[in-house]
Amino acid sequence: MKKPENNQNEIGLCRADRVMRNVVMTLMVLLVIIILYPLIYVVSSSLSSGSAVTTGRVLLWPVDPSLNGYKIVFSYRAVWTGYLNTIIYTVAGTAINMILTTLAAYPLSRRNFYGRNFFMTLFLIPMFFSGGLIPNYILMTKLHLTDTRWSIILSGAISIYNLIIMRTFFQNSIPGELLDAARIDGITDVGYLTRIVVPLSKPIFAVITLYYAVAHWNSYFDALIYLRSRDLQPLQLILRDVMNSVKVDLTQIRDAVVLAKMIGAADVMKYALIVVSTVPILFAYPFVQKFFQKGVMIGSVKG
Amino acid sequence: MNTVKNAGKGIPRQKKRETFSLNSAKLIRRDRQLYLLLLLPLIYILIFYYWPMYGVQIAFRNYRPRAGILGSEWVGLKWFKKFLTNYNFKQVFLNTLYLSLYSIAVGFPLPIILALMLNTVRNEGFKKFTQTITYVPHFISVVVLVAMINQIFNPIGGLYGTLFRLFGGEGYPYDFRSLASSFRHLYVWSEVWQELGWNTIIYIAALGSVSPELHEAAKIDGATRWQRVVHIDFPAILPTACIMLILRCGSVMTIGFEKVFLMQSNLNITTAEVISTYVYKVGLGSSSDFSYGTAVGLFNSVINCVMLIFVNLFCKKATDNEVSLF
Repeated sequence: MKKPENNQNEIGLCRADRVMRNVVMTLMVLLVIIILYPLIYVVSSSLSSGSAVTTGRVLLWPVDPSLNGYKIVFSYRAVWTGYLNTIIYTVAGTAINMILTTLAAYPLSRRNFYGRNFFMTLFLIPMFFSGGLIPNYILMTKLHLTDTRWSIILSGAISIYNLIIMRTFFQNSIPGELLDAARIDGITDVGYLTRIVVPLSKPIFAVITLYYAVAHWNSYFDALIYLRSRDLQPLQLILRDVMNSVKVDLTQIRDAVVLAKMIGAADVMKYALIVVSTVPILFAYPFVQKFFQKGVMIGSVKG
Repeated sequence: MNTVKNAGKGIPRQKKRETFSLNSAKLIRRDRQLYLLLLLPLIYILIFYYWPMYGVQIAFRNYRPRAGILGSEWVGLKWFKKFLTNYNFKQVFLNTLYLSLYSIAVGFPLPIILALMLNTVRNEGFKKFTQTITYVPHFISVVVLVAMINQIFNPIGGLYGTLFRLFGGEGYPYDFRSLASSFRHLYVWSEVWQELGWNTIIYIAALGSVSPELHEAAKIDGATRWQRVVHIDFPAILPTACIMLILRCGSVMTIGFEKVFLMQSNLNITTAEVISTYVYKVGLGSSSDFSYGTAVGLFNSVINCVMLIFVNLFCKKATDNEVSLF
């Protein structure tokens, strides 16, 4: 929303305003540096040579630029299986998330829905009280889902928070008149949802999909408690293993030459692994960024 | 209709049987497709959210997997007595409380201040640029964040050491990464670094709905930018801020497991053990005491609920029933 402030000219700023503007700008610039610098540092370190990183010579730009860190990362088999697993969990998990959330959000958004308050309360209670870690674990055991991919995909499939955001969007941004008009043409509730509501909801779908996808990509807790097999572990757990131990599982290295280089390059590998595991999320970021403010505003307190 | 024709003629009105009446059976039939849509999500929450609530009763039993939940003997408050008198637990409880309050005290006001500041920036380009940059850390996973903390503050190879030597230090600076005393500060301030930008979104959205006429009128009256912030912007975000505060206070006792667990080490365990990690260790760790772990978790959840209700009630009273979560 563009404010008409733009036509106030600079000369009209009184001294107090100028001071405030300078202070604010300085603080902003400082903040940007504080946020940006560690990120640049990580990327630069990942592109430097092993010895440069270990002896702490990297300051801002890569020192002795080399792709060794990345070579080591990509020759570590666990990284590949971790990546594959994370992609599976993220894609399957987000798809299920979106389907379940939409199926629940739409009926709850209809004001005349008989039993609306009852069902809404039913969905809201878990947001404030839950059985806790152990009953959830017992449930997974009873369903025979531990140490399977399904335990990760199904765990937390509906985020009540996201459900509320979507419901509010359906309520406020899809005019009720549309339903009346469609009814005249003889549409059913299900038809209305699939043919009219869904195509109109692209902004909110983009935002919620991103929320879910990022949560899946970055999670490690569910995998930690439900999975035992190394083959099913997502990237974040592999990352954690690498960070915790300087020695990685040597039997997983394919290339002996790379192994030799690795002995002096544990730190670079860590930086490269950080970059490799975060980059996909950052790719999605600019595409959806324009929807953020709208999306949150839609689901937030009415202004 | 018969009723109109007979009115005033002394003939009793016809019973309204075939007229349009909204009894519940009709309504259910009308909405049958909506119920169909709701079915799948409903099944999901009944299984995955409500069954564990049923299962939480093992906190009052001596759970044996072979006997099942109902077959395990009832022991009442035995586990609750156990951890309430446990020396370790007191430390764990205080750690959780302290870490949460520190986190709220720092992490709550800063996004508001940043949002207010951003709102005063007139250069749209710079505003967008700052926002884009500050949102990025939110997308980093907690594993990556903790790894970054450990690498950057590494006195030998990390940024910390490099800068130290750059500014003339001799040898290596002090390694404070795993100390008990640094844990809280590292935890809270890294959280600020990560979430500050992202948390401003909701406040900026609230500020966006402030009528520009208010600002125009204030300008005409000679108000400085600062005065406009204090008297127009700040009251505009107060309701949103209250709700966010309620939400945060309501989760005081559930300080996240993931980040604390990653930051724990043998050295800092005295300050770095919180209730959620304690539950994990006693419940799923080597001793695997399901009932005890569930009891601690339940205690935690109940305190949270109570806190949420209280803070909500307080906000209601303080703002004359204007602002509350429920």
